[in-house]
Amino acid sequence: MSDAGASFSELDARERAHALLDARSFRELLDPFERVESPHLPPQGIVPQSDDGVVVARGRIDGVEAVVLSIEGNYQGGSIGEVNGAKIAGTLELALRDAKRGRIVRPVLVLDTGGIRLQEANLGILAISDMHAAIVSLRECVPVVGIVAGRIGCFGGMGIAAGLCSTLIGTEIGRLGLNGPEVIEQEAGSAELDARDRPRIWSTIGCRRRREQGLIEVFVEDDAIAISAAMRAAFREPAKTFRSRDIDASRARIAAYALPPTGAAR
Amino acid sequence: MNRGLAWLRALADGSEGGNGTVRAADVSWDDERARLVCVVPDAQARFPRARAGQVGVEEGWKIAAAIRAAVDADAIDATRGVQPRAIIALVDVPGQAFGYHEEALGLHESLAAAADAYASARLAGHPVVALIVGKAISGAFLAHGLQAGALIALDDAGIEVHVMSQASVARVTRRSEEEVAALANVVPATARDVHAFAQLGALARLLGVENADVPTADDVRKARSLLLQTLRDLRACERGPADRLGNEAAGRTRAMSIRVRQLLEAQWDAPA
Repeated sequence: MSDAGASFSELDARERAHALLDARSFRELLDPFERVESPHLPPQGIVPQSDDGVVVARGRIDGVEAVVLSIEGNYQGGSIGEVNGAKIAGTLELALRDAKRGRIVRPVLVLDTGGIRLQEANLGILAISDMHAAIVSLRECVPVVGIVAGRIGCFGGMGIAAGLCSTLIGTEIGRLGLNGPEVIEQEAGSAELDARDRPRIWSTIGCRRRREQGLIEVFVEDDAIAISAAMRAAFREPAKTFRSRDIDASRARIAAYALPPTGAAR
Repeated sequence: MNRGLAWLRALADGSEGGNGTVRAADVSWDDERARLVCVVPDAQARFPRARAGQVGVEEGWKIAAAIRAAVDADAIDATRGVQPRAIIALVDVPGQAFGYHEEALGLHESLAAAADAYASARLAGHPVVALIVGKAISGAFLAHGLQAGALIALDDAGIEVHVMSQASVARVTRRSEEEVAALANVVPATARDVHAFAQLGALARLLGVENADVPTADDVRKARSLLLQTLRDLRACERGPADRLGNEAAGRTRAMSIRVRQLLEAQWDAPA
């Protein structure tokens, strides 16, 4: 693949995995020809996709064994159901098994997802809880690197998964949060947030802002080479502390936030 | 009244577990010590969108602090042979807080902190149980409950386990509410009641009670006995979320979760 210098956000999930792994090391697990797809969507009138929107790619990163889990934002908004959720959780569990045996496989999550797939509801939430457990265990052995650089961003239970990653890398395009703008507007009204107000949204939950807050570690250009370089650096120089354990500083940051006295959004 | 607080009071001999939106109380039962944790409504809470018992940007970090404090204290006492106390999440959470300020402050990281604390406590040898006494919904449930080694639920019509309100699912998926409700019969994972959730193999046990809102003395006795039994099981055999796939019901309803893992393992190493 010659993704050198390409805009990362314009690549599809498979191309992104290629761009991150060492040249010619890409080997896909459960590839589309195996047609391991969601059995829950056809009864609901939705056409399944033969990889269920997640690419599992083994390979190498700087010569070290690796696995990239790349979510396809263009299929059902990158939503997580039973099958693609099991692809991610199951892979992290295998990496953990190997790490405990002294064999390091570097795990990378390419997060382009709105969160739980509503059509698979509680199967999605269970898969995501499996993932959370695996990340918390695995990051004790090897950095778990997350990349938030796609057009969907990273939300819902997968926003929590991102919050557990050892190192997060983001770009101008990436957004990271729990509830996406449309969900906020729907649940709390447009006075709380106008989901069409793009500048306000990016200045609030965009990765540039997240870097300023310390909620991601690395902010880079939307460029495949730059992102790949940042990912390699994250493995060479692992984070020494985990953001999700930074309790006192986080509570102080929240306490210092100027909340409007009325509780109004603006 | 919030069921989490009702059960905390009942199980902890009337303790309120402090004040504010996150409560924690320690109990000693037989040879077990446990810290009970719940999230409760507070009309005076600083963030308006977390006043009805939601897990908001303060609550996730507060849950994490309550659990870490127990883990850290027990790590020191471990040198004197004290076993790590149990952590019990009492779950009645209507959802995460939906608000602009919450997102601005990083609600996802706050929920991650809570999930991390439960998972880390489990990895540090604390048996972690979640007792679902009311609503267990979406991000709030991921932060407060789902990282437990065992989930128990009251067998009660007031239990709800789902990822989004029926009205919102209808809007987002462009269906009528009637269609969404009917779907629960075709795809059990989209149902909301505790029996449907049990069918997914997610629950270690169901507990029948007389009064889920105001537990009777007998309800409390039964709950304590079931919790103790579950804690003994977890001390004998460490379990994590993925072990729910081993439940008999999961073999039927989460068959693809199991199959995908088998295929991954078979393909993990390149053919020689």
